[in-house]
Amino acid sequence: MKAFTYERAHDPVAAARAVAARPGARFIAGGTNLLDLMKIEVETPVHLVDVQDLKLDRIEPTDAGGLRIGALVTNTDLAADARVRRDYGVLTRAIVAGASGQLRNKATTAGNLLQRTRCAYFYDTNMPCNKRKPGSGCAAIGGVSRQLAVIGSSDKCIATHPSDMAVAMRVLDATVETVNAAGETRAIPIADFHRLPGDTPHIETALAPGELITAVTLPKPIGGRHVYEKVRDRASYAFALVSVAAVIQPDGTGRVALGGVAHKPWRDAAAEAELPRGARAVTAKLLAGAKPTHDNAFKLPLAERTLAAAMAEVRTTA
Amino acid sequence: MPNMPEPVVSRRGVLAGGAATAVVAASPANAARVGERPAADPAPVKVSFKVNGERRDLALDARTTLLDALREHLHLTGTKKGCDHGQCGACTVLVDGVRINSCLSLAVMHEGDDVTTVEGLGTPEKLHPLQAAFVKHDGYQCGYCTPGQICSAVGVLDEIKRGVPSHVQGDIAASPAFSNIEVRERMSGNICRCGAYSNIAEAIADVAGGKA
Ligand SMILES: Cc1cc2nc3c(=O)[nH]c(=O)nc-3n(C[C@H](O)[C@H](O)[C@H](O)COP(=O)(O)OP(=O)(O)OC[C@H]3O[C@@H](n4cnc5c(N)ncnc54)[C@H](O)[C@@H]3O)c2cc1C
Ligand code: SF4
Ligand code: FES
Ligand code: FES
Repeated sequence: MKAFTYERAHDPVAAARAVAARPGARFIAGGTNLLDLMKIEVETPVHLVDVQDLKLDRIEPTDAGGLRIGALVTNTDLAADARVRRDYGVLTRAIVAGASGQLRNKATTAGNLLQRTRCAYFYDTNMPCNKRKPGSGCAAIGGVSRQLAVIGSSDKCIATHPSDMAVAMRVLDATVETVNAAGETRAIPIADFHRLPGDTPHIETALAPGELITAVTLPKPIGGRHVYEKVRDRASYAFALVSVAAVIQPDGTGRVALGGVAHKPWRDAAAEAELPRGARAVTAKLLAGAKPTHDNAFKLPLAERTLAAAMAEVRTTA
Repeated sequence: MPNMPEPVVSRRGVLAGGAATAVVAASPANAARVGERPAADPAPVKVSFKVNGERRDLALDARTTLLDALREHLHLTGTKKGCDHGQCGACTVLVDGVRINSCLSLAVMHEGDDVTTVEGLGTPEKLHPLQAAFVKHDGYQCGYCTPGQICSAVGVLDEIKRGVPSHVQGDIAASPAFSNIEVRERMSGNICRCGAYSNIAEAIADVAGGKA
């Protein structure tokens, strides 16, 4: 690990200022992703700004009838919140399908959204990777790509976003709230928060350098049956090959987003309009234009079957 | 390990990183200006926290993980290093009563915290009920994962009591109930290379049953 200086910030704007003022400075929350990557020198911050004292660890009702989730609320506390379990069950389901109990106790809402890809070449500093080292090439294209993206990828990067929580946030139309060093706040719809890789796979989100996430808000509850179906190589403690977050209404309409298939949670309004016609109709539209590799073409039928399983679960538990 | 980027991560790189974290810089003379890369042996950072009820004051290289602080600096070697990457659970300790992976947490981030390791749960004369149950049910073979398993199990029983939901729950809004399948899911962050899982689950069930 490269040496760094360390400070503990006490208010959000001061934290943003501390990072914005220094190239190579980073926020650290739970540390479960950043430290992991610092150990192998994929991440090499010169300065860490610890955000644990910012008092962003509460979940509060919003005036619009939704919830404001502080950036530092842990994954465990968010999943366990009675309001989330009652009104936003897909979010609890997605969180408890991810990582392990120990990790969820440390992982934060903001840190989870900003966790980096699990592409094996991104982790290996001996290999070319445009995300880790812009312009160096992409070892995954033509390499081992079983875990990687089938849609929305580019000839520069075919990585996926590994978060389960983010897929549920996408289906719930969450909004990411931020503050910058000048004290200016922004509200970024989750749909616009994560970016596709394009020519700049190292730029992963809409955040500006030094911009601090303060909260994620959920709109008022939409009812319906909430499911999160995750397919992985073992029953627990593994990243998704494919996951489906869905909220299905009694009349068969609803919302659906896929995880494990793209550089961001994958959702499309025209595709979800097909929900009453069944899983095949939805995934045909949602994954139209997919460019799988030889290794991961299985994700296309798997996505359809996982959605079918999610819809069957809704019917049988209704 | 499935889905983990293990195949192309160089073991040597991982080991080198681990060793670097154990270095404590002695000389405050090479303190870096904030935001500049500090020297390879940067000035130590002071931190105080409680370990097993006793206050400990340390001056550490900021890179030191909580795990390395416990093992290398406080010589509490009960807590084990398996992977150093959050993938095995051998390093599990309780911080303010909550289980975490001590390998993925910086020691300097634990100012004022209350850390409990396997050494703090019971004594050889008076074992913690879970320690006694692991002995009774043969919840190990080589024993390397055991301190992490036991600390994790203490956390799991408390999480069930507090109503923290799990992936295997049928009704996610309901309070969780103790069962073998719940324990297996909740303990999935603790890998046992010897495969003592069924006895580990029985040991935990014994203690949970005793409480119920
Ligand atoms: C073995 C293992 C298995 C895992 N399995 C899964 C899984 O199955 N599913 C899943 O979804 N996840 C999984 N994870 C990932 C885990 O969910 C993330 O590591 C965690 O959510 C990151 O949160 P954190 O608070 O620890 O982030 P940190 O590591 O502290 O930070 C991550 C990034 O976010 C930035 N950041 C943090 N807070 C803020 C803020 N407020 N504003 C702006 N930037 C900020 C940091 O600078 C850093 O770049 C796994 C992790 C491990 C180690
Ligand atoms: S897919 Fe993306 S993250 Fe993986 S090697 Fe290629 S550029 Fe890097
Ligand atoms: S040593 Fe911490 S999880 Fe393996
Ligand atoms: S007892 Fe050997 S690793 Fe678990």
